[in-house]
Order: sequence, then C-alpha cells, then structure tokens
Amino acid sequence: MTRRGPAFWCLLGFTLCVCAFLIVPVGMSMLAGVTVNYQAGIESGFTLRWVGQVWDGYSDTIFRSIGIALACLACTLVLGVPAAYVLARKQSGLARAIEELLVMPVAIPGLATALALIVTYNTLGNFRTSWTFILVGHVLFTLPFMVRSVIAVMGAIDMKTLEEGAASLGAGFAQRFFGVVLPNCRSGILAGSLMVVTLSMGEFNMTWLLHTPLTKTLPVGLADAYASLRLEVGSAYTLVFFVMIVPLLIGIQVFARPVELGARTARP
Amino acid sequence: MARRERLLYLLMLPAGIVFAAFFLVPLGQLFLIGGGGKEGWAAYGAIVTNRNYFNSLVSTTLLSTGVTVATLAISGVSGVFLTRNRFRGHAALVAMLTLPLAFPGVVIGFMVIMLGGRQGVIGDIAHWLTGERLVFAYSMAGLFVGYIYFSIPRTILTVMAAAEKLDPKVEEAARSLGAGPLRVVKDVIVPGLKPALLSAGAICFATSMGAFGTAFTLATRINVLPVTIYGVFTDQANIAAAAALSFVLGVLTWAVLAIARTAAGSTVAAAG
Repeated sequence: MTRRGPAFWCLLGFTLCVCAFLIVPVGMSMLAGVTVNYQAGIESGFTLRWVGQVWDGYSDTIFRSIGIALACLACTLVLGVPAAYVLARKQSGLARAIEELLVMPVAIPGLATALALIVTYNTLGNFRTSWTFILVGHVLFTLPFMVRSVIAVMGAIDMKTLEEGAASLGAGFAQRFFGVVLPNCRSGILAGSLMVVTLSMGEFNMTWLLHTPLTKTLPVGLADAYASLRLEVGSAYTLVFFVMIVPLLIGIQVFARPVELGARTARP
Repeated sequence: MARRERLLYLLMLPAGIVFAAFFLVPLGQLFLIGGGGKEGWAAYGAIVTNRNYFNSLVSTTLLSTGVTVATLAISGVSGVFLTRNRFRGHAALVAMLTLPLAFPGVVIGFMVIMLGGRQGVIGDIAHWLTGERLVFAYSMAGLFVGYIYFSIPRTILTVMAAAEKLDPKVEEAARSLGAGPLRVVKDVIVPGLKPALLSAGAICFATSMGAFGTAFTLATRINVLPVTIYGVFTDQANIAAAAALSFVLGVLTWAVLAIARTAAGSTVAAAG
C-alpha cells in the first residue's frame, strides 16, 4: 500500500477527473454569475449587476424558501423527534413497518406525491394557494431524514439505562424526555436538522406542481430563470443558491457520519 | 407499565395524523382518480398498452440502467481507491466528491448546461481539439450526464463505507496465491462489495426513474416518464391518466428499492 506504482497514479488521475467533473461546473457557474459577458470570457470584467438583477426580481423567492425551510424544520422537530423516540424504543416488527411507511414519500417520485396532494386538497378553501401547501409536501419529504438520523443516534447509546437511572432518581416522563433523551441525541437532531433545511431549500420535484405564481420558491425561480433569462442571470441566481446551501452541506459533512448519508439523500 | 406504553404511542400520534392526512389519504385518492377517468381501471394498464407511454417507460428504464451501471463503475473504482490509499489532500478530495450530495435536480441540469450547453466548457475543449463544438446538454445524453453527476456523491459514500469493512488480508491471500490484479477485483473485491453495490444501484436506478427537475431544466421534450406524466397533467389536462401513470411509477420505484433491500440483506435507507 505504501509503494506507489503506476496503478496508484492512474487511479488518482481517474478520481481527480471525477472530482473535476463535479466541481468544475460549480466553479464556472459561480464565475459566470459575476462576469460581464460570459461568452467573451472573464476579460470582459466582473460585475454585480446580475446578482442585483436577481435580487430585484427574485428576492421574494429567497425569503419564502428560507421561511418554508425553517417552518419545515419546526414541523419535523415536533413530529419527528418524538416519533423517532418511540420507534427506537419499540424496535418491534410494527415499529419497523411504521418506519418503512414513513420513508415512502422519499421512495416514490415527488411528482406522484404532489399529484396526490393536488387531487385531494385542490378544493379546500385557500389551502391550495397558500405557502402551507408547499410546506406540507416538504414536511412529508424531509420527515424520514429527521426520524432516521435521531433513531441512528438513539440506537448507538443505551437510552434505556439512562432513562431508568433518571426514573429511579424520581424524574417524571417529561423531565426524562427533555432532560435526558433530548440532550443525549442532540447530534442526531443537529444532523437531521441540517439535512431537513438543505433538502427543503432545494426541493423542486414536488414544489413545481404545488406552487402558484404567488408562492414561488427559490428552486422554482431558478427553473424560471434558466428557461427565460440570459446565462449570466441564471448563474448569478445559482450563485446566490450556492452561497446559501454550501455552508449547510459542509455542516452535514462535519456533523453527520458520511456513512449514514450515502443511503439517504434527495433526488434530482 | 401499561400506562407508560400507552403514553409512548401518544407521542407518535401527531406524526401519524399528519402522515395519514397528507400522504396515505391523498395516495388512496390518487389511486381512485387514476381508475375514475374515461378509460376506467384500464388506465393502469396504459403504461404498457399506450404506445407513447410504453416508449417513454422503455427509454426511461434504459436510461436509468445505463446511469446505474456507469455510476457503479465510476464510484466503485474511486471509492475503493480512496479507501485503500491515504495521501495529502485525501480529506479535501472526499469532501469535494460528496459536495453535490443534495443539489436539487434543476441546479444539476444547469451544471450539465455549464458542461455541455451552447457555451459549455466541454464544447470549448472539443472546439479547441477538433474545431467543432460539442453540444450534448439538451438531449438524452445530457440527462445521462446529469443523473451520473447526481448519483456519484452518494454512491461513493456507500462504496467507501463498505470497502472500509473489507479485510485486506483476503486480497493479500489471493495475491500470494498468484491471482492477478483483475482476478482480485473480480473474485474478491466485487463480491465483498456486492450488498453495497446492490443497494446503491437500486437507489440510483429508482432516483433516475423518478427524477424530474434535471429533465425539466434541460428540455421538456426529452421523452422520460416523469416528463411524460407532467405533460399529460398540464398540456392534456388528463388528470386520471396522470394519476394512474404516477401511481404506477411510484409502485415501480418503491418496489425496486424494496427488492434490493431484501436482496442486500441489510437495512439500507431508501431514497428516491
């Protein structure tokens, strides 16, 4: 393993090519977003004009996406953490079946979930035209990520003994849940939260069908800009998105065990 | 004790109510509406009997199969390499390879345009090399590249996690018994990674079958199932057909993931 023959350099070269394939377009689109004329190259100079144009035209989508992501986080925390606690404690066949069921919105295409929501709630008052309609879709899609990352942490520590210890000292259920259970799985809650916010900010498959002209989110605006505006503006908009999403992605790499992440991520 | 058990289920109640009201009931409704159109329940067979839908199903399946094979090959090679070798910049390289993990499909479509669009970098390189511009973004080839882009990060993570657990001694034994490098890969490494490759492959396949954002960004004319369904829903306003098709697609992707999970014999999280 320490002797580095031609095979090592070949494989390293290959891996670097894969890396370039992934990273070069990211860098190029960021560059294009601040270039006066992308076709003419960076010699044409740098400008913040395109970013300004995005801000004027689409700042509402940015704030709406942040709002929905935070609301989604609140919902998945309130719904997901207690559910994960029960599922981790039970570990029965029923618990596994429930877990399997909860993951379904991730396993089936977002298009199907969105259509299902539309055909069911199309006529229910103002729900269809409200931003909460999008929120519902995002909660369904992100809930499994919160539940699974909390279950993973709860499975790794001996929660039962900790709780029994607290109970024998006279702690009631609420005191145990908030004083023992939650602090002990904060790493899972943190990893799950980062994942939920990241996925909600980027969700498109469902949102494209769920949105209305007054409830556009950032990815919906992106699709709009890609289709109708010049490359530089699309790039500037993507740049704004990257500035928001990349810190979250780095956070995920730092706080979540990458091993677990491999299997649970979003869809394009 | 019994009171405590009841209390436990009470904690699941909010999640259960939300899930039932906004997922199970709508999914049931989708199923009913799919069978309630002009064609009745035959709509569920339309994916095979209607020529357009069937063509779309075939091309989507072929595309997804191709993407899965290519992604497994690329990620398998790089993943095993990165597990077996440590060098300066190793951590940074892994971080960069996994950065696009949660990029949305629309953004990945745009990345493909940056690579192979009318002003793309690969086009520039091809122009410089051969004098002709290569533009592949707005077609099935662009979609293929986009889905590989999307699938590589998570597949590499899965492969690395599995390769970490392989025992290098088995490889050394094979080598000392006279097996060449190719033989070692074929008879030792690939069988060892099989469960991981199976589950990663299933996720990759199911994702490619159901993906919408990338195709939407590149061109709405690419004939893949999610785009077809979207067209049926919006352009033809045939809600029953769209419902039936999306229900069938959902069952399909879910089944692929479920089968792979059983075959791999491990509890791998689903993602689609």
